[in-house]
Amino acid sequence: MGLVFVWRSSPFLVSCLPNPYQPQIDTHSLLNGTRMNAPSLQPSQIAVEMRDIVKRFPGVVANDHVTFLARRGEIHALLGENGAGKSTLMNILSGLYTPEEGKILINGREVIFHSPKDAIEAGVGMVHQHFRLVPTLTVVENVVLGLDDPKFRLNLENAKAQIRALSEQYGLKIDPDAFIWQLSVGEQQRVEIIKALYRGAQILILDEPTAVLTPQETEELFKTLRSMAEKGHTLIFISHKLDEVMAIADRVTVLRQGRVVATVNIEEVTKEKLAEMMVGRPVIFRIDKPTIVPGKEVLRVENLHVRNDKGLPALNGISFIVREHEIVGIAGVSGNGQAELAEALYGLRPIEEGRLYLYGREITHASTRDIIREGVAQIPEDRHKEGSLGNMSLSENLIMKNYRRKPVARGPLIDWHYVRQFARDLVKRFNIMAPSIQTKARLLSGGNLQKLILARELSSDPGLIIAMHPTQGLDVGATEAVRKQLIEERNKGAGILLISEDLDEVMQLSDRILVIYEGEIMGEVPADKADRNEIGLMMAGQRLSANHEQHTVNSVQ
Amino acid sequence: MEAAFFITILATAIRAGAPVIYAAVGEIFAERSGVLNLGVEGMMLVGAVSGFIMAVKTGNPWAGVLVAMLAGGLLSLIHAFLTITLHADQVVSGLALTIFGIGLSSFMGQNYVGVQGPQFSAVHIPFLTDLPVLGQILFSHDILVYLTFLLVPASAYFIHKTRPGLHLRAVGEDPATADVMGISVARTRYIYTFVGGVFAGLGGAALSLAYTPGWTEGMSGGRGWIAIALVIFAFWEPWRAMLGAYLFGGVQALQFNLQTIGITIPTYFLNMLPYLFTILVLVFATGERMRRHLGAPAALGIPYIRGER
Repeated sequence: MGLVFVWRSSPFLVSCLPNPYQPQIDTHSLLNGTRMNAPSLQPSQIAVEMRDIVKRFPGVVANDHVTFLARRGEIHALLGENGAGKSTLMNILSGLYTPEEGKILINGREVIFHSPKDAIEAGVGMVHQHFRLVPTLTVVENVVLGLDDPKFRLNLENAKAQIRALSEQYGLKIDPDAFIWQLSVGEQQRVEIIKALYRGAQILILDEPTAVLTPQETEELFKTLRSMAEKGHTLIFISHKLDEVMAIADRVTVLRQGRVVATVNIEEVTKEKLAEMMVGRPVIFRIDKPTIVPGKEVLRVENLHVRNDKGLPALNGISFIVREHEIVGIAGVSGNGQAELAEALYGLRPIEEGRLYLYGREITHASTRDIIREGVAQIPEDRHKEGSLGNMSLSENLIMKNYRRKPVARGPLIDWHYVRQFARDLVKRFNIMAPSIQTKARLLSGGNLQKLILARELSSDPGLIIAMHPTQGLDVGATEAVRKQLIEERNKGAGILLISEDLDEVMQLSDRILVIYEGEIMGEVPADKADRNEIGLMMAGQRLSANHEQHTVNSVQ
Repeated sequence: MEAAFFITILATAIRAGAPVIYAAVGEIFAERSGVLNLGVEGMMLVGAVSGFIMAVKTGNPWAGVLVAMLAGGLLSLIHAFLTITLHADQVVSGLALTIFGIGLSSFMGQNYVGVQGPQFSAVHIPFLTDLPVLGQILFSHDILVYLTFLLVPASAYFIHKTRPGLHLRAVGEDPATADVMGISVARTRYIYTFVGGVFAGLGGAALSLAYTPGWTEGMSGGRGWIAIALVIFAFWEPWRAMLGAYLFGGVQALQFNLQTIGITIPTYFLNMLPYLFTILVLVFATGERMRRHLGAPAALGIPYIRGER
């Protein structure tokens, strides 16, 4: 699949545009957030002005008098942890929510949005994290969806020509006649951007746009964003990844707990400073990981073939091993077989071909129950659907894997007295914040629910841990806790298979990294010699070069 | 004799297929918008009886057709209100609608069983009807049969080649996206659920005013269910639904005509044939669908609540 496209810059288009963004005299320092040396704002330069926005949800104030300004032609990052109110603020700007207080000005004119349609008419487009594309429709059908033109008969030639023109102008390569389901995630994102541009968006909001991209695709996206900014578009970039913000943004607004911490020019801050603003305390980026020589083999996967839910091959002959004291990271763009791999290892998906061994014993066709009994723990992808039973209490969730055995089981009965003791211990040990052990699991926050799952899975001292996206959607604090916990298990002797789309996480935690692409392993690199670019290329389907392969063979032996 | 036999079979297939085509095409519209309406059987029956009563009272079969369509449409609005506005379970609501429709039609029609009423009779189309063989098979029918020849291509065109059709498909596949793109999911679903009811009612009228004129209790004989099965067989495409309806009609025609040419198979077995055939077709079609990865509209049967993904 052509995930990587050659960027064709169009210096002509850029240079022939008049540049209205000359430095101006500082007459509106008020509007500039904090002190800065950069050209200050003329009112005419302000594309978006949100003043004193208040939005409440049951139990929380998502936006507490937030004031946000973005200039024309800038890339403005909106930084904050999960739940800081970034998405709420931008959903207000894109017309999805109505604020309780405050006002919005677009290009100096006050606007009131009742629906995304109103926002689009005012020139505000949003690219959501979960794409708003209908998979069974073509690119062009998705682009014209909801518009009044064409009137009745779907004559799409006009629209196609316009899409081609836009894709030429902004370097967003796309085939208008392709179906969405045929496209890679990166291509789908291009369709979303084109959709916004087609509707005449001057202000484009991107909600965590890089979460689903390979490093190379991210680079492509950044180039597109820069060229759009040069053409006078305003780009608002929602993120919690500091490196990206440092790389792409002109200015940053940091939100914490629904309030603006500050708006700063990117040259004036460091990554560490931003992290501190975001979290409210200094953050340690490196996790201490002592070097330990891996021990005995825990898991051996040989030539594994598995099909996905549609009956198509998902894994095409994957082989690897995981040893004691070792974290093996599986990096890759989502949908390349990771979910199927985790399910196959856990006995949840039939294995077509190949063998699995746990401590040298074959478990290829073992049931999930047997695999649990053998000491395999799983941190599933979806905390709510697979990781917990929402309507059952915390203590019931905690015994879900050992209720058949003593001491939880007493004959056919459950020793509830023991269970309460057991649950209280775990709540304390794993620092789970909950009103009581009788609280229903679905009422826990994401971080606490993940801690609950970790507590259950790790309390049985597993020999193998299959962790899938263990920190997805968690805030910085919870992420730190989960990662430390995994490292600790590794130090104690467990073998860990870490499946994650977050490349930073994989690189930080793993001892070895395998890159998966379309159900095959593209290559293996030791984490201390890992190179982001190289991994990125493998994530896009390029195999590791020969000299590295040599290394891989050695490390397996 | 051989040729005449096959011509009769084919002509009967087309006549018998017409009521099912209406119901199936209507259900395709409803399901394309994401609403599974299992009330087709009920709506057909109420359409059949109310259309027949109206035709008897006015002496005009067209008035009957109109009332039948209206009755089917109104009944479908109950389902629409329950499932779209109140987010009730579509399967439960649809089943209730069918049971309600069976009861209501029996109640309404109790004084009309065996009553003679106006009916649509075969219309001779100059030139076309006179064609050899083809004329007898295709153009020896009543007006409601001819209308299906127009309805099917028009529906296929509407779904695939028009803007409202695009919006219909989008709502059934991905209502959250359609919503964000400014398409009203509730409005779209109301409209096409209503359209589904209107066509089911029309299918009922095609039974009581044309195919088997008159009213008898439960006269649809499971055709509503067959229509729902055909929608799956048809992969939600009108043309394939038409083909399926003719296959069903053909088996039914065979059932009549085998008896007339003296093949002695128990009648109960023959009566069973069309339904057995439907089950087989469903098994085959589902297998093919799995192989070709053709799916139902992705949001079929799922209530849409804004903000839940």
